[in-house]
Amino acid sequence: MTGWRSLLLRRETGIAVMIVLFCLAVGAVKPQFLTLNSLRIILLLTPLILIGAMGQMLVIVARHVDLSIGSILGLTAMVAGMMFRYAPEVPWPLAFPLAIGLGAVLGLVNGALVTLFRLPAIIVTLGTLSLYRGMTFIISDAKQIDRQYVPSALKAMSQTSPVFGIPWIIFIAFGVALLTWWFAMHTRIGRQVFALGSNPVAAPLRGINVTRVTLTVFAISGALSGLAGIMYASRWGFVNPSNTGNGFEFQVIAAVVIGGVSINGGVGTVPGVVLGVLLLGCVSAALPLLGIPGTTQSAIYGAVILIALVIDRMVRMQGRTRGTQRAGA
Amino acid sequence: MTETSATARDAAPPRPLWQVLLIRPEMMTLILLLVGIFAGSQLSEFFLDTDYILKSFTLSAEFAMVALVLTLVIIAGEIDLSPAANMALSACLFAWVQAAGVPLPLAVLVGLGAGLAMGALNGALVIGLQIPSIIVTIGTLILYRGLAQIIAGDKSIRVPESFVGINDVMVAGIPLPVILFCLLALVLGLLLGTTIFGRQIYLVGTNEVAARHAGVRSARIRMILFLMMGLVSAVAGLMTASRLGSVRYDLGLGGELQMVLMAMLGGTYIFGGRGTILGTFLAAWLLVIVTTGMIVANVLPAWQLCVLGLLLIVSIIATNLIYSRTQR
Amino acid sequence: MDSGSNPVLLSARGIAKQFAGVEVLSDVSLDLRRGEIHALLGENGAGKSTFAKIIAGVHRPTRGTLVLNGQEVDIANPIVAQRLGITLIHQEPISFPDLSVAENLVLGRDAGAPLARVPWARMLAEARATMGLLGVSIDVTRPMRGLSIADQQMVEIARALASDSRLILMDEPTAPLTPKEVATLFTIARRLRDEGRTVIFISHRLEEVRALCDRVTIFRDGRKVATEPTAALADADIIRLMIGRPLKEYLHKTKTQVGDVALKVTGLTRPGLFRDISFQVRRGEVVGLAGLVGAGRTDVAQAIFGIAPAEQGSIEVAGRPVRIPDPAAAIALGLAFVPEDRAQAGIFRSLPVDQNITAAVPRRIAPVLFIRRAVERALAVEAVKRLRIRLATLRQPIGELSGGNQQKAILSRWLLTDPQVLILDEPTRGIDIGVKAEFYDRIGELAADGRAILLISSELPELLALCDRILVMSEGRLTAELPRAQATQEAIMQAAVPRLQGVAA
Repeated sequence: MTGWRSLLLRRETGIAVMIVLFCLAVGAVKPQFLTLNSLRIILLLTPLILIGAMGQMLVIVARHVDLSIGSILGLTAMVAGMMFRYAPEVPWPLAFPLAIGLGAVLGLVNGALVTLFRLPAIIVTLGTLSLYRGMTFIISDAKQIDRQYVPSALKAMSQTSPVFGIPWIIFIAFGVALLTWWFAMHTRIGRQVFALGSNPVAAPLRGINVTRVTLTVFAISGALSGLAGIMYASRWGFVNPSNTGNGFEFQVIAAVVIGGVSINGGVGTVPGVVLGVLLLGCVSAALPLLGIPGTTQSAIYGAVILIALVIDRMVRMQGRTRGTQRAGA
Repeated sequence: MTETSATARDAAPPRPLWQVLLIRPEMMTLILLLVGIFAGSQLSEFFLDTDYILKSFTLSAEFAMVALVLTLVIIAGEIDLSPAANMALSACLFAWVQAAGVPLPLAVLVGLGAGLAMGALNGALVIGLQIPSIIVTIGTLILYRGLAQIIAGDKSIRVPESFVGINDVMVAGIPLPVILFCLLALVLGLLLGTTIFGRQIYLVGTNEVAARHAGVRSARIRMILFLMMGLVSAVAGLMTASRLGSVRYDLGLGGELQMVLMAMLGGTYIFGGRGTILGTFLAAWLLVIVTTGMIVANVLPAWQLCVLGLLLIVSIIATNLIYSRTQR
Repeated sequence: MDSGSNPVLLSARGIAKQFAGVEVLSDVSLDLRRGEIHALLGENGAGKSTFAKIIAGVHRPTRGTLVLNGQEVDIANPIVAQRLGITLIHQEPISFPDLSVAENLVLGRDAGAPLARVPWARMLAEARATMGLLGVSIDVTRPMRGLSIADQQMVEIARALASDSRLILMDEPTAPLTPKEVATLFTIARRLRDEGRTVIFISHRLEEVRALCDRVTIFRDGRKVATEPTAALADADIIRLMIGRPLKEYLHKTKTQVGDVALKVTGLTRPGLFRDISFQVRRGEVVGLAGLVGAGRTDVAQAIFGIAPAEQGSIEVAGRPVRIPDPAAAIALGLAFVPEDRAQAGIFRSLPVDQNITAAVPRRIAPVLFIRRAVERALAVEAVKRLRIRLATLRQPIGELSGGNQQKAILSRWLLTDPQVLILDEPTRGIDIGVKAEFYDRIGELAADGRAILLISSELPELLALCDRILVMSEGRLTAELPRAQATQEAIMQAAVPRLQGVAA
């Protein structure tokens, strides 16, 4: 009964319980937190982070990290925005393949530097973080794409809804989560991502093409950041060269680490990360209600990341002592 | 170079002295620096004006000082991405308690103490709990910056007049921040190059297990380095506050990129065990020359961001190549 | 069981292997037949594991060819081996701890496009069926992490079964197993044989070999010395063949004055690694510590030196009870430890030789604050002369030296600390014969100097030639203490081979 599923379930159950407890606690002080409307607010806070977190999850499972996703988001959003502004005759949905494709290319650049030159992902993506942000300024001439240029049909995706008053953007985000779950659990290469992160030394011995897997996770991370770029334009209706996507990587890493993805690679589930994103969404939604200024949000994210790291470490240490005892017995 | 190093590999024997001296990453930095100065002087006569260069350097001196200590941290096989956030939080705390009526000297101590405490937290998580420093310091980067934001909000806090203007203080015609940077480089250079502490930093970074076997107290050394990192970040934060005259939560935002860049550009090996203070010292000047050059040449600030990012990537590739060529 | 007439599956012809210029396997020719269980026997370092790894594609032979089913094959890597139906079950199984048992079974042989669907249902069903065949009840959906070594090994065996391997190599598979698990393993091995597969079984335990194997091949010093049906050899014959070379003519060390107790340990215990270890070493004495790989010898040494301190027990140095929480404390007490794994725990590969030599004596090279280069250099020069370290310059990275010279540099590092107790863990492993002799001379001199020496070695002749007393460990316990007069290779082996509790024959 100490099966695999129940074990992972416990991890996710833990996050779910935290969400419920948190909501109840906030609800006890401010009853209006426990209404459908605030659920809507929570859900509207999450799609961008959720999309980014799916890519980052795969990267971290493969024992890397991608710090450049915020800049990729900014650059792709800006390219899409400039298409809206300077080429209004192009059908606006073409912005989707444009942004996603561009994001994938930028991600591939990260992946190529990491695998071909055997460089640590953190330094490479710190460099491209700056590089891609700089490119955003250059192509935009440091000018914002204002609301009037963003197609209203695109903006409407964050407001109008096919069912239940839930906007399109949320469906898209959860659709991405579902696809990622399929990719991670049900495709060969998806499982190879986990194998690579679980034991990078043994992976090539079992015929895993490490270069291909690494390139794939960075490309996915980039592509999803591109999608998040379009979603940003839809959600906020403008694209700013310096603000758009700034700090996005930290929110995403926070959600992923809270969601139980181990920084030591190999471990992570889509449901866990989704719950991690929701927990962050609840916190963000509760802050203004409780009269806590929005400026505390960043500190809370930081603290939450560190707490998640410490918990992860404790769990690991416990598991290890238990393991040696059994081996020794 | 390829040819000679190939023969060197086969025979595994002494590389000629000139090679030992010349084929090393700091030489790349030095050559780039000379090229930069030459190119700059072609660009504008400003470059031959030492005062102008020194003045430009004061803008980077704070980051450069942190980069010197960061060099030691990286040689020891760790990394710290939180110093820029540490600068902001120390400076905000300093300005905040000062504005609340705490006397200036005490407020300075609060700022420095906060920096030390932040270094201690990094060290405790990395060494005590054995969580990789890369991820720990991403977490504390966000935390420290966030705490600064809580303290300062979105407003800037003014710094008392008597504390403002460190960059205008001249000693023998040289701005004080530049002097401090050079002094720190000298002290750390001696520490790393001529003392047992420095030697043991290399031992730990080259092979931590072997270092412990040889009686090196690796945990203590790395803890001291994180504490030094915290302290120098706080000093840099206060210097920035003094230079700007006011403090905001976004002080030094993104500075970690420049600090890591200076260390990498100076030939510090990202996987630990190799690097020098001289390299980082030269790289700091190189970076100032490059940025100043771009300003003088009217290059958009946006391009500067690109150039910094590219430089970081190119410099680690180059450093790794040089090390893999000359010494395995 | 007569498998003598079975057709040959794999034929090794003139296989030789060199590591860094040292020949660890020379000219081995061997035919492995279908439907036999074939034991490879030999002392540590005799070459049997290297041979197995060559067959499994982990190493490539320096010379020689492998012929599989009459066709010459080039087994370039483990994946090729897998495709040819050859599976190596490692002593410590390689696995992906975060993946499920079922996935660990199929990884490496599943084919298809990257985006091909993972057939979970079929995979789980097959995995359960394979486990059922083995008669083990492991939940195939659980992750590998947390499985006992025995269970991990069962998964490895299941992997060999699932991939329908024709040749299964088991490298000391019984070391971590309980008698009951050993019995299960034997049943499975026999069934594999009866299905016409070939099983290669590497073990130290003669009883097991006798109970299980049809033929044995004995390795010694990198050469094959015999291949015979198991029944044709008595235990005494096997032991003689394994160690049978005449004792090499090392200078027996001159009798030295044995003095006070320098190191005394009492009841050292670290659960899972060693229990209740008590012994003492006197000044001027060389005490050997013999045992098979994994018997816990290195763990005891690491506990004494403070690298991984024991949980129970006490240590006395020069008659005073001491606490040794880390190596720095050990060094301060006059202990020195030359570790077994030179690359991992000994050398600083990219740093110059002189810095490697002086790494453990910071006070001597920097009496006040600054390192005195001249002093450092002088110490290093003297060490190089004394141990005759061959190098080009002291500024050379130590990684460029040969293994023997690296080891000399490590030894000289510890001699600089003027140790009263010197622990040497396999000091001559991977070193040329000539340099070995130098080491033996040096060890004798150090003891004559009045130092206490604890010598861990798997080479019995080395122990017999150098030691005043030999302690033998087996499975974490001290099983014998043999004075020089009584120490023979047979007696040591007797005490080192684990006692088997009732293997189903």
